[in-house]
Amino acid sequence: MSELIDLSAAAAAERIRARELDQAELFDAYRERAEANDLNAFTWVADGPPARNGYADKPLGGVPVAVKDLFCTEGVPSQSGSKIIEGYRPPYTATVVSKLDEAGAPLLGKTNQDEFAMGSSNENSAFGPVLNPWDRDRVPGGSSGGSAAAVAAGLAPWAIGTDTGGSIRQPAALCGIVGLKPTYGACSRYGMIAFASSLDQAGPLTRDVTDAALMFAQMIGHDPRDSTSLEFPGEIALPRAEDLKGIRLGVPEELMDEDSGIEPGVRDNYNATLALAERLGATVERCRLPHAPHALSAYYLIAPAEASANLARFDGVRYGLRVGGDEDLVTMYRRTREAGFGPEVKRRIMLGTYALSSGYYDAYYGTAQKVRTKIAEDFSAAFERFDFIVTPTSPWTAFELGSKTADPLAMYLNDFMTVPMSLAGTPAISIPSGLSEGLPVGFQLAGPAFSEGRLLDAAYALERVIGFDGSGARK
Amino acid sequence: MLDREQVLHVAGLARLELSEDEVERMSVELSKVLDHIEKIGELDLRGVPPTSHVVDVVNAFRPDEPQPCLPAEVALAQAPEPLHGGFGVPSPGAA
Repeated sequence: MSELIDLSAAAAAERIRARELDQAELFDAYRERAEANDLNAFTWVADGPPARNGYADKPLGGVPVAVKDLFCTEGVPSQSGSKIIEGYRPPYTATVVSKLDEAGAPLLGKTNQDEFAMGSSNENSAFGPVLNPWDRDRVPGGSSGGSAAAVAAGLAPWAIGTDTGGSIRQPAALCGIVGLKPTYGACSRYGMIAFASSLDQAGPLTRDVTDAALMFAQMIGHDPRDSTSLEFPGEIALPRAEDLKGIRLGVPEELMDEDSGIEPGVRDNYNATLALAERLGATVERCRLPHAPHALSAYYLIAPAEASANLARFDGVRYGLRVGGDEDLVTMYRRTREAGFGPEVKRRIMLGTYALSSGYYDAYYGTAQKVRTKIAEDFSAAFERFDFIVTPTSPWTAFELGSKTADPLAMYLNDFMTVPMSLAGTPAISIPSGLSEGLPVGFQLAGPAFSEGRLLDAAYALERVIGFDGSGARK
Repeated sequence: MLDREQVLHVAGLARLELSEDEVERMSVELSKVLDHIEKIGELDLRGVPPTSHVVDVVNAFRPDEPQPCLPAEVALAQAPEPLHGGFGVPSPGAA
């Protein structure tokens, strides 16, 4: 049994396709682990393997997938970590979840997350925090914390999450797994309970880079139900690169300077990873992203502004909670939202509403959108000279539960190395690059739009020489 | 700096009935966040066009073909108060 759990998703899929492993047996092995989990990583677990057959012959071979709570799944609770839609069972399924099922990855369970994907620690879930399998007194990161912890702990072979400002990459880094945020538009957003529509992207959280490529290849493509989704140019093959010859890596000065608050252990690990990249043939040089220091500010205007509009739908009329039904309509709205939303969601709704309100729109939201233009231009200029921009994924390793909840701004600062790529709409991957004081560190590679194939290749070459061992979290 | 009046005004726009304690807290927390964010006002952004979407998609048209939609009972199944085949709501007037 433990042997089964030690197989990567790609290896398990191969064995199932070769009829050396039974798909239902693999499903049950993970189902039992997910059911018994004491990390609070799951909000719902399937009763058993799907009744439908034929998974074994599909590209993903019947290897089950854990899905972040905010993806709508027909008839299955989809609550986005919020009390305001507690128990909500949607009448339809998100496109990427359907695509994965059709490709041979049935639904294993739904994973815990920060409420409406707002958070960097998973402490904002209405269903309680998720614990980090490397150290249960610490957070798994967020907002896709349940997906990351489940994969790291071997409660799921692989998972999907969403990334708005770092919500796939940062928990992947803190849990010691791989997380890919795709190019904006690569994957359909249909059926994702929206946070910030111009930033949200679905992507894989996996044990290794090969698994990420295998799964990502089945997630992409235009969807008539999401007019912002695009046909992905070319195909995603399994990564094979063994070196980084001719690859130019840029180290952005603005994100790496002395007062950026990067922990010494993280910085040491980052430098060691750069040295490994050089040994594989890459060149490493400093580069400029002049507006990157302002990305966080722009992000914390744009994302809350879009959220304040998206979350207007939770009003006690069509689904979910209703409070004050005996009062007038507006009082019912106000009481429902007061009772249903948690503190962080209220904070972001307030911030976003303020940024969009009459008299402040130009100074806040309008300015943030201009900064976004400058940040996208910075990346375009940098990618003229560099193949990838590389940073630590998070300035810190996993922090203790409760240690940053009192100061929202301190929590937001966690995201300063992941939000620039989100604003530019460009892809980025986080891979585990070692441990610092026993906790995983993530290394982020970012490339130009639709460079996922090359990114996965480079990440794969690095992964081989890093030789990260994640089995410590899978006990 | 966001004072109490502004917090109440914004909460009204956002249809949030904040408790006294929350009004207090929002004022402090949001002011702190806004102080940090306001640094972007120092940038010279004259003549810079805004970006609302990074992807260059203009007018994503599709054929206007009738498609089956969810049956009414399915669409209403999760509603707190389904009423005569629709979503029941309280009167907009005073209670």
